[in-house]
Amino acid sequence: MNYGELFKQVVPETILVAAAFVVLLVDLAWMRLKPTSTRRTVAAMLGGLGCAAAFAWLLEVQAAGSFCEGILVVDPLTQMLKQVILILTVFTAVISAEADFTEHVGEFFALLLLATVAMMFLVSSEDLLMIFLSLEMTSLCLYVMTAFNKQNPQSAEAALKYFLFGGTAAAVMLFGLSLIYGLAHSTNLRAIAAALGGQRLEPLFYLALVMTVAGLGFKVAAVPFHLWAPDAYQGAPTPAAAFIASGSKVASFFVLGKLMLLGLSGTGGSGAWRAFAPGWVPLLAMLAVLSMVLGNLAAIVQKSVRRLLAYSAIAHAGYALTGLLAGQPEAMASLLYYVITYGLAVLGAFAVVGVVEGRAGDDGFAALAGLSRRAPVLALCLLVFILSLAGIPPLAGFFGKFYVFTAAVKSDPKNLGLLWLVIVAIAMSAVSLYYYLQVLKQVYVAEIPAGTNPLQVSRATQLAVGALALAVVALGCWPGALVEKLLGVIRQAGL
Amino acid sequence: MLAWTMYISFLGVALLLLPAASKALARWVALLTAVAGLSCAVAGAVAFQPDGGIVTLMDVSWIPALGIRFHLAADGISVTLVLLTGLAAVAGVLFSWNVEHRVKEFFAFYLALIGGVYGVFLSADAFLLFAFYEIAIIPKYFLIAIWGSTRKEYGAMKLALYSFVGSGLVLIGLIAAFVVSGAKSFGLVALAQFAYPASFQQWAFPLVFVGFGILAGLWPFHTWAPTGHVAAPTAASMLLAGVVMKLGAYGCLRVAMTLFPQGAREWAWVFGLLAVIGIVTGALAALAQRDFKFVIGYSSVSHMGFVLLGLMTLNATGLNGAVLQMFSHGVIAGLLFAVVGRMVYDRTHTRELPALAGLELNKALPFAAVTFVLAGFAAAGLPGFSGFVAELQVLLGAWRAFPWFVIVSGIGIVIGVAYTLRVMQQAFYGRRLLTPAPSPSDGEERNGTQLEPISLPEKIGAGLLLACTIAIGLYPRVLMDLFEPSVEALAKVWTR
Repeated sequence: MNYGELFKQVVPETILVAAAFVVLLVDLAWMRLKPTSTRRTVAAMLGGLGCAAAFAWLLEVQAAGSFCEGILVVDPLTQMLKQVILILTVFTAVISAEADFTEHVGEFFALLLLATVAMMFLVSSEDLLMIFLSLEMTSLCLYVMTAFNKQNPQSAEAALKYFLFGGTAAAVMLFGLSLIYGLAHSTNLRAIAAALGGQRLEPLFYLALVMTVAGLGFKVAAVPFHLWAPDAYQGAPTPAAAFIASGSKVASFFVLGKLMLLGLSGTGGSGAWRAFAPGWVPLLAMLAVLSMVLGNLAAIVQKSVRRLLAYSAIAHAGYALTGLLAGQPEAMASLLYYVITYGLAVLGAFAVVGVVEGRAGDDGFAALAGLSRRAPVLALCLLVFILSLAGIPPLAGFFGKFYVFTAAVKSDPKNLGLLWLVIVAIAMSAVSLYYYLQVLKQVYVAEIPAGTNPLQVSRATQLAVGALALAVVALGCWPGALVEKLLGVIRQAGL
Repeated sequence: MLAWTMYISFLGVALLLLPAASKALARWVALLTAVAGLSCAVAGAVAFQPDGGIVTLMDVSWIPALGIRFHLAADGISVTLVLLTGLAAVAGVLFSWNVEHRVKEFFAFYLALIGGVYGVFLSADAFLLFAFYEIAIIPKYFLIAIWGSTRKEYGAMKLALYSFVGSGLVLIGLIAAFVVSGAKSFGLVALAQFAYPASFQQWAFPLVFVGFGILAGLWPFHTWAPTGHVAAPTAASMLLAGVVMKLGAYGCLRVAMTLFPQGAREWAWVFGLLAVIGIVTGALAALAQRDFKFVIGYSSVSHMGFVLLGLMTLNATGLNGAVLQMFSHGVIAGLLFAVVGRMVYDRTHTRELPALAGLELNKALPFAAVTFVLAGFAAAGLPGFSGFVAELQVLLGAWRAFPWFVIVSGIGIVIGVAYTLRVMQQAFYGRRLLTPAPSPSDGEERNGTQLEPISLPEKIGAGLLLACTIAIGLYPRVLMDLFEPSVEALAKVWTR
């Protein structure tokens, strides 16, 4: 093996690890006595610089290849995913610079960068073991980030729940993966596909499938593995919650898609109405239906914006899973388009909610009352994010949903087999408009409560939120470019 | 030229979003935008060659992966409705001149709605049409919820959810049609050329027709309309009744009926029947209302029933009537809501008919009284106004398709005259005939002279709309020449 070549492939990750250590070191050595706001700004700048350097490397150096039998796979698709994750990380860092919840600034930012590194490894692996390791590393960083707000008991509770559920899910998943290994005699996804494809499957395989899906279902917060999500989204510090909802979602969905579409490609079965055949397609279809129905219905009664976003995230996991059931290459393209645009919108929504919550002290609906007059730009951006989540044109979420639904129906053009699932999805997105409008009603319709002043927002946050809103609008008005790019890199990756 | 109607409206939204504009400036920006839109519409209509063809205004590839194009095009029907939108937009701004609360945002939402409506009428790609259709939903919600009255949040939410559910049904049908037709293109012409299997049309047609029909006030899915109209501020109710309900009818015609002609033939009597029920029950409900605005709200449902009945005749006469009725009702409903909402309610702060009866409005607001009498006659279908020509043609067309429905609709027309006369008499000439009810404010009778006189923008707006309905009523050819060839070209699909 050529170690020089291998190192070249992991330079972006190396840069980020170095950046994490620099952040820790600078904060420890020179910043101890400075006010925390300065420390946060410096740390965010250093972290952002690291991300920018890694991003530049990914753009400039066209790396490709598979190393150590698929443990590290670098191709245009994984490079693109890494770029997306880096962008989401930079925005999370900007939000973190604004959020005042801890004195351990260096540690928080270092964890954020390390979680990013883990996600980057996660997306560029085609090996069960490596996937499991990076998934665990991501989770560990996120558990700690969730617990970071020591003044808030909710934060500790959320982290503990997240950790316990996560630990159990990981154990179940590891069991499932080991069974798959036992059946296929390999941990490499392509080898597994070759071994399992075409032969009669044993019951043991279905057990393995369910266990694996349980583990990944936990990561993407699909019902019935969603129970941690509302508490984590509500209790975690805003940047941590935002990162769990955006970056971690994108990476987990990608790896779920890769596992199913690449590793278990021959074992899908069928989810067509009245023609069900066992495999992962009907299993995921069931999770999708449960997530959409439960997520949307439970979101209606929420009184806290963050919990509402959590349940809506569960619902969105259902829509994304619907895309995954389409035929290739649309399955991966629609799934990625959906989760990327979702990540941008939800990150922006959390950013705004974080700012508002920072001033009001809680995240009830009332905290948002009259926001359109207290901070017009911020409110307009929130309008964009929420309407994108609701799937209103001309925003990215609209085309995301449209693409997912069209791809799913297209997978079986003769019998319109998955139309039933799309009907459920469309019915449920009509439900979702109700609670999204409840949020916007507070922002635009409700009167300003007495004694509240215009909201002062830092320039950096305004820029970040504005950039996210612009991205959501641009991806909604010109979705063609990203879709073509995704289809291109998916084809190149041989998925 | 026509495409600019839509671009200008969205440009107006962008202008209004800029900070630091005074209220007066915002009003003028809105008025200029609306007038510019109307001018473009008129110029486009004059330049339009009515030969039954479709004129492409713009056609670029948009999302190649799904064969979606940014394709704007117009035929005679689109041009007619674009004209109507332009008129309603200008009149709406004129009747909102007295809005003082968050003026900039009001006109921004208003113009966004107008832009979406223009977009729907000009789209030649199903995806594009659907996108514009959904764009129009959200501004409606905010216009009603922020600037409305009487249970505004309930009315706004009901309207938004009904629209969204309707568009969900449409979306299911569109995606299914796209996939069944071979998943090559979302162009309306391309989709319509495919011969869908009969079994598919059987369920796809009612799905899409009901989806659009919800917004057109199709009974029994019409209940959003009265509550929404009543809750909305004047300009928004003018647009809702005048233009937005036409979006639904236009979608029924352009998408549901054109894509699935066989389904349309099979289901024609069902939806024709629903339309007739709408005509009669709408009129009956209007007869029973105490709230002035509810009367007009229910009358809209009744009049839109004629549009739907005309569509379901599936022959050129009935369809001509339906398109003309869309235009005619758009103008008349706008006028009626302007009188009720702006001229009467904004001054008297009551819409209860018994309370209005004591105010001697015919003396206090003679202009409003005259306008309402004229508009009321136009709505009731008196010869000389546009409503007469339109409803007559619908009934003539329906006579060929379903003679029994015509007789029942005739009852609806009679009730229409009854509620119009009743409300006219109670609201404006109530004094001599009814015992005066105590005025709402303090029991002391208000003297008519205290009411603020009708302002110039109101007079211009009312004059504009009145001129249209009388002009079309006296010489309908002026408009019919525009859309008749297109309607006849379309009607071949169902008679084949």
